[in-house]
Amino acid sequence: MSEVLVLVEHEDGKVKKVTLELLTLAQQLGEPAAVVIGSGVDTAPLAEYGAAKIYVAESADLTDYVVAPKVDALAQLVSEKSPAAVLLPSSAEGKEIAGRLALRTDSGVITDAVGIDAEGICTKVIFGGAIIVKGKIVEGTPIITVRPNSVAPEASPAAGEVEQVSVSVSDASKKAKITNRVIEEKGERPELVEAAIVVSGGRGVGGEEGFAVIEALADSLGAAVGASRAATDAGWYPHQHQVGQTGKTVSPNLYIANGISGAIQHRAGMQTSKTIVVVNKDPEAPIFELADFGVVGDLFQVVPQLTEEINSRKG
Amino acid sequence: MKIAVCVKQVPDTWAEKKLSDSDKTLDRESVDGVMNELDEYAVEEALLIKEANDGEVVAVSMGPDKAEETVRKALQMGADSGIHIVDDSLAGSDSVATAKTLAATLKDQGYDLIIFGSESTDARMSVVPAMVAELLDLPQLTFASKVSVDGDAVTIQRQADYGYDEVQASTPAVISVVEKINEPRYPSFKGIMAAKKKPLESVAAPSGEPVGLASARTEILEFAERPPKAAGVKIEDDGTGGVKVADFLAEQKLI
Ligand SMILES: Cc1cc2nc3c(=O)[nH]c(=O)nc-3n(C[C@H](O)[C@H](O)[C@H](O)COP(=O)(O)OP(=O)(O)OC[C@H]3O[C@@H](n4cnc5c(N)ncnc54)[C@H](O)[C@@H]3O)c2cc1C
Ligand SMILES: Nc1ncnc2c1ncn2[C@@H]1O[C@H](COP(=O)(O)O)[C@@H](O)[C@H]1O
Repeated sequence: MSEVLVLVEHEDGKVKKVTLELLTLAQQLGEPAAVVIGSGVDTAPLAEYGAAKIYVAESADLTDYVVAPKVDALAQLVSEKSPAAVLLPSSAEGKEIAGRLALRTDSGVITDAVGIDAEGICTKVIFGGAIIVKGKIVEGTPIITVRPNSVAPEASPAAGEVEQVSVSVSDASKKAKITNRVIEEKGERPELVEAAIVVSGGRGVGGEEGFAVIEALADSLGAAVGASRAATDAGWYPHQHQVGQTGKTVSPNLYIANGISGAIQHRAGMQTSKTIVVVNKDPEAPIFELADFGVVGDLFQVVPQLTEEINSRKG
Repeated sequence: MKIAVCVKQVPDTWAEKKLSDSDKTLDRESVDGVMNELDEYAVEEALLIKEANDGEVVAVSMGPDKAEETVRKALQMGADSGIHIVDDSLAGSDSVATAKTLAATLKDQGYDLIIFGSESTDARMSVVPAMVAELLDLPQLTFASKVSVDGDAVTIQRQADYGYDEVQASTPAVISVVEKINEPRYPSFKGIMAAKKKPLESVAAPSGEPVGLASARTEILEFAERPPKAAGVKIEDDGTGGVKVADFLAEQKLI
């Protein structure tokens, strides 16, 4: 059986959840082989979720420059292993690596798949969630980026045999040097695109202080915090948390929209959430069209009550 | 400093977008086109760099006849000249073909910087800038929330989930910008009048590379409108709205 290469996304030595989702999807296409670029990564979860092989490339050259060295590493593995496909997370960097790898290997690329079947047919949701398309790659090695939360990761223990690979990074790939990494305060909340639950606030939150109510609800649920563009543009919440067409696309199990009207550009980023709860004082707000459960009311009444209720039920 | 800025025409976000039944590509004729919003930030950044360093800004777009409007808009904002790549053979190009066409048009023209938006709002792939960097063998300075140019040294802040990376390279280089980098200017009346006299050249697809739908390495097999969501429950808050949401979440096993 051919291998399916899965690029591992990791932070602080820990494998991110999306990687386990990719390994789960990879099983249908062949034998999952995880590719770890970087050092000090705990590879145990990779074996647990189905990686028969784990290729580890550790040289500093690979992470000191923007994107291109990672393309070198994957291109080398594609030529050595002739995999059935390469799966990457649909993060900003994952997509850039995928695009360049497609050129390097004369292959086609599909980004933002939400599903892949055994024939390699990918499902995508486009135009802000309005249309579902199915497509496949017809040339070269299929290179596919997959959105977080597209499948539930399933444990499937495999050998997880670690193989160190040495990659020669070409001079051409050392042109954009990372001179400094600035980690902004992140706190304890999960990352927006990976989170199983997202609690968002919009203009209705009224100001920076209002977001305390949103954060308290998020914390009661172990959720990430999102925001509409109205809220990020006003400077009430950091830009990285913007959900929508020009922000992040999220697809959590539960999305709670508070004080958000539901403009098409916002919906484009959250429409595929599995369950949607809405709190808005305007009964005509278009966001209610998406709601599985909607409350017409003041978020400053409803949200704190909900938070308290969740906390007390937990306790 | 010679700067190219790549601008794409996309359907107006408010318009209902459709795929054509015959070839399953975006039907671009039936909807109003606008400049991809993120490309306005790219044009603004190009103009700011030009204003600080002297030089010229060339707006480049690949697209059907109508896409000329988007090149014109860049000229109205202040770009000095425009190139519109228009060719029937380009219809249905995928990201690979788009990147190859742009790269072939930009190659060997003496550009110090080639600036892109970080994403088109229709394709939403965020791959074209990285691909052009690959094809032209130039440093990739993408997802920039800040750009500083000092002689031939270019430094950016590359936006990431954790914060940002500082990245350094020398010109010529490829840059893509994110929304928070600047505040795009509106074309002034003077700008609109001046744009009428600025050179805007239409060029055919560069030869040598297969492009268009026939060359696409991806094939769309089928598409369908997403079924509308079944209507949910909607209640008025009577003072117990929060409790009722909690009941719903418990019922759905979400808490
Ligand atoms: C090219 C383009 C790209 C865009 N990209 C994005 C994007 O990525 N993401 C995005 O979100 N937007 C985006 N927008 C903006 C979008 O069109 C809307 O302007 C924006 O989403 C509105 O945000 P909002 O819903 O928070 O604000 P509003 O539309 O002002 O809605 C606020 C809502 O809060 C309710 N409300 C007020 N007070 C309370 C209260 N006390 N309790 C309960 N409810 C209350 C009101 O009834 C109202 O429905 C984009 C626009 C354009 C043109
Ligand atoms: N047809 C095109 N003509 C000019 N520039 C383009 C075209 N397609 C994409 N771009 C540029 O590439 C960026 C990213 O696009 P995409 O990879 O499609 O999300 C856009 O913001 C534009 O700057």
